[in-house]
Amino acid sequence: MTEPLVTPVDSDVDLRVPAERRELRPSPWPVLAAISAGGVVGALSRFGLTEAFPYRPGGFAWATFTINVSGCLLIGALMVLIEQVWTGRRLLRPFLGVGVLGGFTTFSTYVVDIQQTVAASAAGTALLYLAATLTCALVAVWIGTTLTGWAVRRHRANQDRTAAGAT
Amino acid sequence: MSVLLVAVGAAVGAPLRYLVDRLVQARHESLFPWGTLTVNAIGSALLGFLAGLPADRTVLAALGAGFCGALTTYSTFSYETLRLARDGARFSAAVNIVASLVVGLGAGYLGLTVAQAIGGAR
Repeated sequence: MTEPLVTPVDSDVDLRVPAERRELRPSPWPVLAAISAGGVVGALSRFGLTEAFPYRPGGFAWATFTINVSGCLLIGALMVLIEQVWTGRRLLRPFLGVGVLGGFTTFSTYVVDIQQTVAASAAGTALLYLAATLTCALVAVWIGTTLTGWAVRRHRANQDRTAAGAT
Repeated sequence: MSVLLVAVGAAVGAPLRYLVDRLVQARHESLFPWGTLTVNAIGSALLGFLAGLPADRTVLAALGAGFCGALTTYSTFSYETLRLARDGARFSAAVNIVASLVVGLGAGYLGLTVAQAIGGAR
């Protein structure tokens, strides 16, 4: 019998998923190197954007907001593709999910943005940034999984129809 | 120079998030994403601490944007929350949101306060 299909709740690593529990064996280095390389790509993209679009003290941190929300949209899409389309590619989730998107999005900058905006006597903007990031991030990850899931199903249905027509 | 430091910080921070997450998960059975909450708290405390120190662009690039930025994650946090809500664990999803905000902000302010205490003592 095959292993029961458990899909991860934690997109970085979920030890309830047998393949993820085993992925550091026999050697941990391929997975760790993929995460590290992806993390560099993600963090440099984030650094480039935040340097290019700085925000004035007390302003809305648009760059980090956009980074976090777009990263959430992409992780939603990526996890559906990894679970349903690109299955069995061992380093894909470590590189793109854990590395690139995990390194691109950030919780610490979000927290410090809020603190610094409060410190600049703009508590209203800080609260708006806090709530807007949270809401848009959750909506984005939902849109990412829903649209990608729909696209995959539609593509499969079309393939089935073509195959049925050919026979 | 800053770019290189960000890269070095991220090269360490991202795999460390993965390893800490594994370590935390191996110590409990529940579905609740304690691992991600842990890395986000640690990274927020460290970045809060750095933000409270006299600004040093080099340190902020390497440890702040690079290490803390890659150690912490918003994408994993929101993916987990969505999955918990979809899997019928709505209460856990709500707790994850509130806990991440409270613990993250608390950790950030703790780091900031420690930095200011050290700075004030000098």
